[in-house]
Amino acid sequence: MSAPSTFDLRPLTTSALALAAGLVLLAAGLAAAGHDPAAALGAMWRGAFGSWYAFTSATLLRATPLIVIGLGFALALRGGALNIGAEGQFYAGAIAATWAAFQLGALPAPLAIPLTWLAALAGGALWVLVPVVLKRRFGVLEVISTLLLNFVAEALVSLMVQGPMQEPAGIYPQSAPIPAAARLPLLPGTRLHAGFLVALALAAAMAFLLARTVWGFRLRAAGAAPRAAELIGRVDAGRFAGVALLASGAIAGLAGALEVSGVSYALYQNLSPGYGFTAIAVALLARGHPLGIVASGILFGALEAGAGAMQREAGVPSVTVYVVEAVVILAVLLADARGRSTPAVAGA
Amino acid sequence: MRDGQGGRDGRDGRDDPPSPSQPPQPPQPSQPSLLSLSAISKRFGPVTALDGVDFAVAAGEVHALLGENGAGKSTLMHVAYGLVAPDAGVVSVDGHPATIRSPRDARRLGLGMVHQHFTSVPAFTVAENVALAAGWPARPRENAHRVGELAARLGLALDPAARAGLLSVGLRQRLEIVKALAPGARVLLLDEPTGVLAPAEVEDLFATVRGFVREGGAAVLITHALDEALAVADRVTVLRAGRVTLSGPAAEQDHDALARAMLGTEPARHAPVLPSIRPAVVVRFDRVTIPAEAGRGPGARDVSLTVHAGEIVGVAAVEGNGQRELLRGAAGVLALARGSLDRTGEAVLIPEDRTTEALLPDLSLTENAALGLADRPGWSERGLMRWREARQRTAVLLREHDVRAPGPDVTARTLSGGNQQKLVVARALAAEPALVVAEHPARGLDIGATRAVHAELRRAAAAGAAVLFHSPYLDEVLGLATRVVVMTGGRLVEVGAGAGREEVGRVMVGSKVAGQGSKDAGARP
Repeated sequence: MSAPSTFDLRPLTTSALALAAGLVLLAAGLAAAGHDPAAALGAMWRGAFGSWYAFTSATLLRATPLIVIGLGFALALRGGALNIGAEGQFYAGAIAATWAAFQLGALPAPLAIPLTWLAALAGGALWVLVPVVLKRRFGVLEVISTLLLNFVAEALVSLMVQGPMQEPAGIYPQSAPIPAAARLPLLPGTRLHAGFLVALALAAAMAFLLARTVWGFRLRAAGAAPRAAELIGRVDAGRFAGVALLASGAIAGLAGALEVSGVSYALYQNLSPGYGFTAIAVALLARGHPLGIVASGILFGALEAGAGAMQREAGVPSVTVYVVEAVVILAVLLADARGRSTPAVAGA
Repeated sequence: MRDGQGGRDGRDGRDDPPSPSQPPQPPQPSQPSLLSLSAISKRFGPVTALDGVDFAVAAGEVHALLGENGAGKSTLMHVAYGLVAPDAGVVSVDGHPATIRSPRDARRLGLGMVHQHFTSVPAFTVAENVALAAGWPARPRENAHRVGELAARLGLALDPAARAGLLSVGLRQRLEIVKALAPGARVLLLDEPTGVLAPAEVEDLFATVRGFVREGGAAVLITHALDEALAVADRVTVLRAGRVTLSGPAAEQDHDALARAMLGTEPARHAPVLPSIRPAVVVRFDRVTIPAEAGRGPGARDVSLTVHAGEIVGVAAVEGNGQRELLRGAAGVLALARGSLDRTGEAVLIPEDRTTEALLPDLSLTENAALGLADRPGWSERGLMRWREARQRTAVLLREHDVRAPGPDVTARTLSGGNQQKLVVARALAAEPALVVAEHPARGLDIGATRAVHAELRRAAAAGAAVLFHSPYLDEVLGLATRVVVMTGGRLVEVGAGAGREEVGRVMVGSKVAGQGSKDAGARP
């Protein structure tokens, strides 16, 4: 409660303004292009929040991987590392989870499901291990190494679903459906799976870790000012960045498992419509604040769910919603940059 | 008061050197000055950096500009080069008042500057760096040719095709000179160019500078090494606290006169007398060697030093003489290459750069306090932070140490420099360390904040801590320390108890003749 700045929600007003700016700009763009903005935004609203089914099976379903990956990105960010490779780690986790599901399908669900999660955590961590080692040993920028490994992961999925993990008939480039015991329970009457609860629990755990534990405080210090953390806090800032990056990869891997065991029930190419990148926007919009990430994840889930409805009902291409996302991110980054450059001297 | 008396007596006793309290008239222009600055004044907030300074350099002349750190040397040259706008005064080039608002203006008027730190692009070649600095169009072959010719004319061996990042320190310096002169400069401003060079490279540099002025150029050499000034300059001007204290032909000066002008002649304020019983040893260096980071001076070499509880040991040194390594070694944040270091109890460091090395600027004051105290009871318990209590304790710290802040929840960035430093000191002392290591603890502070920080360190010593600190200002070292040591060329020289300002200063600035200087100081009773 009294953990300073972690629970300071004032910066989130900037985020709200940024979102409003994005929507206004989208409406203006639609009007300029000859669409009826009210009809388009109305369709968007209905697609995202119009019914219980839309809210759960479209918005929250899409929000789940965004929240989970966003939490991972934020953890790395707070620890002083930029993980641009969540997309790759998501796929590594998805491969590991699919593989584990086939190995463990005979086990009862309460055992099989956590074990597939473990496999996915390990897969994601393994995928980010190379960037971590390169960073610690040779100072290679993780921004580049994690980004490049995304392409490798996508190629690996492609290889898997056309090779060792292809469905038995060998026709489609995808795996066989995973055993029922490895599938997540659904909220009755909807497509929303239990992974959403995992996302909420993870957010709560991370909020606690960062705000209340000594370890979390040191991680934040190491990320905020590495030299000061080393000289005054006597912590190894580079080590914290490495650990945060590893954990971030593992969490992105977990998101891959949730998607396979809760939505697709199989591994295939393009399983992720860019979750790993959208999640960066989700985390930035929330300023790396775990509970804020739940809110901004739901918001981005709603935008993407609404985009589909807008295309169907109003004939507006769904990609226009990326304009909103981009404006939001730019506005938040701009506000941050201004905040930093403002000379602030008080109480001299 | 008694000290002041002694100072006046001491001054009266000497007659040969010009009295530093009476700034001499600016030199009579024997030939027209290429660059002249008259009555330049500049204030930075509460600090007067320059106070009515006159300075001129003529063609064919090397003019050395001497002074302690912070005396205003660099600021004066930055005024000439358009990096700092003066509050008052006139800059003239070729005898005509000039408006220099930016380095671009300065270059157009024929001024070239070699900065204290290298400003080359490591990934570019020598020729590309020169072309970039001189604003030449991108014609690689022609540029390489021009750079080769220019270097040859200056007698500098420098391969135009070599990558700047792969050059040795000495060669990078040559590149900086070529860059400064490439746009056709007639006045070369060198800001402490020798700090990073080996002795042989220094000689090469001076030969180049002499060659340049022989061909009708003029050079200003900023330095704090007296011997360099005497060796290469035709004229010398000494600044002290933003005023000219001496100016004249180099041939008429000697080492002592320059040192006096640079450091003043007031005797040291007498340090408190130590109790006769020697208290416990807190830290003992035994022939310790700690290497410096590349390009940061000699490091600490073969240093032996003992610091006792209740003592305030001040390290007097010119920048880059191993004091940083000595202090950080004592604090346990730099590893020893050789020797042994014994310390009883905990050490805290008050780093020189408070914004990047001591504070979390975007986090609250509570979190900043917790950074140094997180593992203590009352701040955390079984791995969990006790923020509510930490906040209260921070509020108490702010109150007790007179840190003026709206409260413990504001970010550290919003405090003034003085209050930031008070917070850093308060946090350090709250840890109740056996040893307080402070690097230039009054850096950038005004007089009030400086006094407050000094008082805190004295209180810590009185309470039984050992204090080891450095300041580039000799007055600060002499005023705060109960014992003074000098670092010069990486070696530690003890100066006798009650050693005066001049003695300490001589040892300090005589780094190129360290043996001689230290013998002098050591021989005094």
